[in-house]
Amino acid sequence: MARSVSTQRKIITTAAAWLIGLLIFFPIFWTILTSFKTEAQAISNPPVFFNFDWTLENYAVVQERSDYMRFLWNSVIIAGGSTVLGIIIAVPAAWSMAFVPSAKTKNILLWMLSTKMMPAVGALYPLSLLFVWLNLLDTRFGLIMVLMLSNMPIIVWMLYTYFREIPGEILEASRMDGATLREEIFYILTPMAIPGIASTLLLNFILAWNEAFWTLNLTAAKAAPLTAFIASYSSPEGLFFAKLSAASTMAIAPILILGWFSQKQLVRGLTFGAVK
Amino acid sequence: MMAPAVVLLLGWMLVPLVLTLWFSFVKFLPMRGDSIAKGLDWVGFENYVRFFSSSSFWPSVQITVLMVGGVLAICIIFGVLFALLLDQPMWGQGIVRILVIAPFFVMPTVSALVWKNMMMDPVNGLFAHLWRFFGAEPVVWLQDASLSSIIFIVSWQWLPFATLILLTAIQSLDSEQLEASEMDGAHPLQRFAYIVLPHMGRAITIVTLIMTIFLLSIFAEIFVTTGGAFGTRTLTFLIFQRVIDSQNIGLGSAGGVYAIILANIIAIFLMRIVGKNLDQ
Amino acid sequence: MGQIELKQVTKSFGNTQVIPPLDLTIHEGEFTVFVGPSGCGKSTLLRLIAGLEDISSGHIEIDGTDATSLVPAKRGLAMVFQSYALYPHMSVRKNIAFPLKMAKMDQAEIDKRVNAAAEVLNLKDYIDRRPGQLSGGQRQRVAIGRAIVREPSAFLFDEPLSNLDAALRVGMRLEISELHKRLKTTMVYVTHDQVEAMTMADKIVVLQAGVIEQIGSPLELYRTPRNVFVAGFIGSPKMNLITGEEAAKYDAHTIGVRPEHIDVVDGEGEWNGTVGVAEHLGSDTFFHIHNTGLGEMLTVRAIGDVSLKHGDKIGLNPRKNEMHRFDAAGLRIA
Repeated sequence: MARSVSTQRKIITTAAAWLIGLLIFFPIFWTILTSFKTEAQAISNPPVFFNFDWTLENYAVVQERSDYMRFLWNSVIIAGGSTVLGIIIAVPAAWSMAFVPSAKTKNILLWMLSTKMMPAVGALYPLSLLFVWLNLLDTRFGLIMVLMLSNMPIIVWMLYTYFREIPGEILEASRMDGATLREEIFYILTPMAIPGIASTLLLNFILAWNEAFWTLNLTAAKAAPLTAFIASYSSPEGLFFAKLSAASTMAIAPILILGWFSQKQLVRGLTFGAVK
Repeated sequence: MMAPAVVLLLGWMLVPLVLTLWFSFVKFLPMRGDSIAKGLDWVGFENYVRFFSSSSFWPSVQITVLMVGGVLAICIIFGVLFALLLDQPMWGQGIVRILVIAPFFVMPTVSALVWKNMMMDPVNGLFAHLWRFFGAEPVVWLQDASLSSIIFIVSWQWLPFATLILLTAIQSLDSEQLEASEMDGAHPLQRFAYIVLPHMGRAITIVTLIMTIFLLSIFAEIFVTTGGAFGTRTLTFLIFQRVIDSQNIGLGSAGGVYAIILANIIAIFLMRIVGKNLDQ
Repeated sequence: MGQIELKQVTKSFGNTQVIPPLDLTIHEGEFTVFVGPSGCGKSTLLRLIAGLEDISSGHIEIDGTDATSLVPAKRGLAMVFQSYALYPHMSVRKNIAFPLKMAKMDQAEIDKRVNAAAEVLNLKDYIDRRPGQLSGGQRQRVAIGRAIVREPSAFLFDEPLSNLDAALRVGMRLEISELHKRLKTTMVYVTHDQVEAMTMADKIVVLQAGVIEQIGSPLELYRTPRNVFVAGFIGSPKMNLITGEEAAKYDAHTIGVRPEHIDVVDGEGEWNGTVGVAEHLGSDTFFHIHNTGLGEMLTVRAIGDVSLKHGDKIGLNPRKNEMHRFDAAGLRIA
């Protein structure tokens, strides 16, 4: 039972927690705020907080100058494609490991996990070479494949831990109730597995969206997603804080919102079920 | 039904691994006309020796250790403190959680650039404004304190992850255990030291191992801030430069093999814990 | 309808045989309880009948037809699981309707049966809720509802009350017994709790290590346990079992006397000892008696409130005609 604490203590913890929360969030807040300023206001000293002329101009300029929409679309395709494809391949694997485990299941799972731990840089040149041979350099398909494979272990693991939580008695009950295998999958298993699959989808979409090694190294212009788009801002020309902020805001906003929904799954997905 | 996933992952692991191993034993300088089609000269362990004995190797290892260690220390210490704080009853806990977790969802290139420019720019950054306000000379962060700055930026990105996992671990602590220890006369500090911390021990180990693996291959944050200059060239970045900038594939591949070995040493410990968990 | 016959049924997992060859007939309309300590194979036996486990050899007949190789759904049996196994994503109504839907019954008939079951089990108020929103007792009733709508030839219960708290357990026990009286359908019920077995069963099957120790009505088992195991398992508090010299006096290896068959006497009795803990239940009082020289602590029932304190000397007379005698193999001596 949670005990009641004194109001005074609650006020102190609330104040401390909010202070820390706001401090940690501040750079994001500041970036979003700056994106609505003019370039002059963006670098003014002392900094302006709310009493500036709000403008959407930066967003227009970013889109116009660097074709933001194209990068956004690449990000959506690459992150979405790799995640969906990964799940399609991982569901049967996780399924059979969860419901028809064999003596080898544990080792296969651990081996899959170990592939995630390979340092990407060790495979950089061979993979670039393969991309050249297969004509995949700077293609969305190539990146979809690479991100799908690099996230596959996490996808399999997440699905496996979710599937394992479906109690065997429920499947037996449905068998007693006369469900055929098809009906069992359609009426019982799928609805029960969907929340887990959705969480896996969400977290891996975020991971793929933010992936910044392969996306930077295997793309040039055509297939570059938002990570590369932002990286192109690393060499500034003139006044650009407001525009950088607008570009950054556009790159992180969708994922921030998705991310807040996936907090719980995050813990589970990234600790391979070891912390729940 | 496992076959497609297993076959794909096996290919994903073996093909680059075999190629990297092969390249690490040959002289391979594409800019000077070497190519697979013409055949590559076998040089034995020369690449390994050269990578190991080059003047950049040890500094890069030191920088890697400092960076990983620094980020880990910050994330674990503050992660435990924040997790303890967030576990207390308060108003608006959900919102605070959201605020704290947010940096983890910011893509690495964005967080690096935002910190580099908006915060750490020596002329127009917020820190510069703050320093001037107190009459101090602004610091050229990513040049004069480059490694600390990168550690700071990366910590900002990973602290949410550590906090969230440690918070989850604290919340799984049976409150009756704490009450029992309270009845046994333990002070809050003793309760933390003897009950809470040991309970979190496993989670701390897991956070440490997972973060180490991810931190060892930190790339984008260095790429867009210092480009590896000013003493921020980690092992990963050194290998990247050997392969991409100097196009010395043999040397870079030998470095890659070192990196793989290093990652696997840490991975073994993580796998043990995860494996044990799987048996339960 | 509802006769179940097991003929030379065995079950092995790998090389370990958990059920040695076993014959058992469960008659139509009977409430049969499988009881035994955990790991005795009672749940396995139930699952063999259900068809959730394949038998290793032998035959299972249901209503005279061989059901050995039939899939669970075709056996005409309904099962209530220990964890209830409700479908968490379906409302109570859908849960109960599921087996009917699987049987491709038409919607009007499904509605009729579901409503009737909800009426009988007092589920009407929760019919559109999800299992997650229900209490343990309510979930239990939904699980029973899902079983009765099928109008099966027999019900199988796998420790259905073990997840409920004590008060609720007594209530549900009555409800299930009531249901049996009304439906008059065969019920096979697995429990480790001998009180449940005694209160509910028409016929109790006591199992140990996959072997049937005794089959009989609750009172048969209570009055004439076939061996030491059954004697010790049935009855609460446990029967006093005494070996050695004292048993030899009665020409037995072991003698057994139930706590209610020992009289407390003034002064010296046939057995003497000191009072240990006294458990006052109001109607009865149970004394634990030490230092009797019989090797074991004795439990004695006294009717009503008897004023004996811890440490008091006590004299006891066992009722000879209620005494059970067992031989060295543990079997009852007639």
